[in-house]
Amino acid sequence: MRILSWAYLVLLFLFILLPVGALVVFSFQDGRLPVPPFKGFTLEWYAKVIADRDLMAALWNSFLVAFGSSALALVLGFLAASGLARVALPGSVLLRGLLIAPMTVSYLIIALGLLQVFNAVGVRPSLLSTGIGHVVINLPLCFSIIYAAMGEHQRNALRAARDLGAREWQVLALISAPMLAPALAAAFFLSVTFSWDEFIIAFLLTRFDVTLPVEIWSMLRSGLSPATNAIGSLVFLVSVAVVVTLEFTLFRKSRS
Amino acid sequence: MTAEVRFQAIHHRFGTFTALHRVDLTIAPGEFIVLLGPSGCGKTTLLSILGGFVTPTQGKVLINGKDMTHVPPRGRPTTTMFQDYALFPHMSLRDNVAFGLRMRGVAKTPRRDRAQEMLDMVGLGDKAERRPHELSGGQRQRVALARALAVSPDVLLLDEPLGALDLKLRRQMQDELKAIQRRVGTTFVHVTHDQEEAMAVADRIVVMNQGRIEHCGTPEEVYLHPVSLFSAGFMGEMNRIPVTAKGTGADSPLGALPLPVASGGGVLCLRPENIGFAGELALGPARLVDTGFFGTHHRCHFAPLSAPDLRLVAHLPQGAVLEPGREVQLYASNPVILPHEAAA
Repeated sequence: MRILSWAYLVLLFLFILLPVGALVVFSFQDGRLPVPPFKGFTLEWYAKVIADRDLMAALWNSFLVAFGSSALALVLGFLAASGLARVALPGSVLLRGLLIAPMTVSYLIIALGLLQVFNAVGVRPSLLSTGIGHVVINLPLCFSIIYAAMGEHQRNALRAARDLGAREWQVLALISAPMLAPALAAAFFLSVTFSWDEFIIAFLLTRFDVTLPVEIWSMLRSGLSPATNAIGSLVFLVSVAVVVTLEFTLFRKSRS
Repeated sequence: MTAEVRFQAIHHRFGTFTALHRVDLTIAPGEFIVLLGPSGCGKTTLLSILGGFVTPTQGKVLINGKDMTHVPPRGRPTTTMFQDYALFPHMSLRDNVAFGLRMRGVAKTPRRDRAQEMLDMVGLGDKAERRPHELSGGQRQRVALARALAVSPDVLLLDEPLGALDLKLRRQMQDELKAIQRRVGTTFVHVTHDQEEAMAVADRIVVMNQGRIEHCGTPEEVYLHPVSLFSAGFMGEMNRIPVTAKGTGADSPLGALPLPVASGGGVLCLRPENIGFAGELALGPARLVDTGFFGTHHRCHFAPLSAPDLRLVAHLPQGAVLEPGREVQLYASNPVILPHEAAA
């Protein structure tokens, strides 16, 4: 029985991690194809990737879009949550529903909708339009995480701040935001991750300046190469670093 | 700093529920006033209206003669000590206490000095760098008081501030609150449902029930000379004996009593500690049914011989030792006759 449960655990992790493991292993492949058998170890592909200007530009674009759109989604989500938590409007349930509605719509539909709207108002496909698209998908996420973190305790502290003479922006900046810091950080980094990975919206709403997933996709069109594995491994490394940092700072603190 | 507070015909509705029925109340500068009543009586709503958190449906709030009805909390010379303290968890005690001064644009050095002074006053001067979560409930309480008083408000509002403390600490904090109020001279408006707490701190008690003021007076007046059966019963235990008018006196289950009663009849109210073996009003012979020792007094149940089904509760002094079954002559002092409660 005990052996069975261990076997199950190993299988489970194998299932989850095998694709990523294979990706990383074959990024070191000393050959032209990232498929078995493993022919030997080389860093050649990493050197190639880092020397690739287009790829590095795409990496930088992704970085800009991820952090820019997440920051905007965070601010908008925080303000929306603060407003809805403060006053009971007649339609506040409906408003909350509308705010989180984009979460239920597929990215493809959102991308198509945005494409048509941008066409109609004359906005060219660009990093900016991709960033706007990412705000659309990440705002509901930020809003719901922050709204869920606001409790009675928080509300009373805000009341006390107003009572002591704080203006509304001071209440938000000096009391509300610091008290919600863990939720704000969680919302921000989740948004960054989602934006960083996002392909469909970026694919449809960019033209010359592309983000990393779009660049990888165009690399794949010319066939498999260990170079794509190498860039994938680098991206994976960044994600792991972010998650580990979060785990050791924010989440540890909020648990104690 | 201190100010007069005047409520003029305050009427407030939450949806279809009327929380306050045209309440009029004037609070003198420097007074320690307690709004007392059961939950749902409107006392907290009245406090919120004074603090600016609720705008009344009708009526006016004047502080120092100025109409404040529509002024937000920020613009009022009031601060509040909240029930759950509402300290800012991410700030040190010093920053918590200095927050109000910071909002008023006071420079860093004077506001730190003032915060230190206030923390010293509540006995937490050595903990200025601590965070609120490192403190006990009673200490957080003091920080909340220091924070509210740091800006020298004209009126301090206290919303059931001692509710979360255990009994011993509550009594201690009551004494401290009273002493601090005497020292700073600010008008204190305190909300509670605990009548002992009200009597311990108040200059004047406002007894509220169902959105109306039942009685307003000093603790002695409210306790000894209640004007309604509700306030009589809310302030403490009370023996109630129905009486009717008969000639110039009163008729009761205990027999004729030499007390004036209105023609509609009424209820004779006697506090347990006002019944004993001597007094201005003879209640006739009674048999002791049972007794219990409560430390400060013996609590005794008597059955009057003329009305064996009636029970009178009396608190007899520690020295009085009686056997159940003994028959004694009972007397009462401070009798109060109140009209029957209007059928509500």
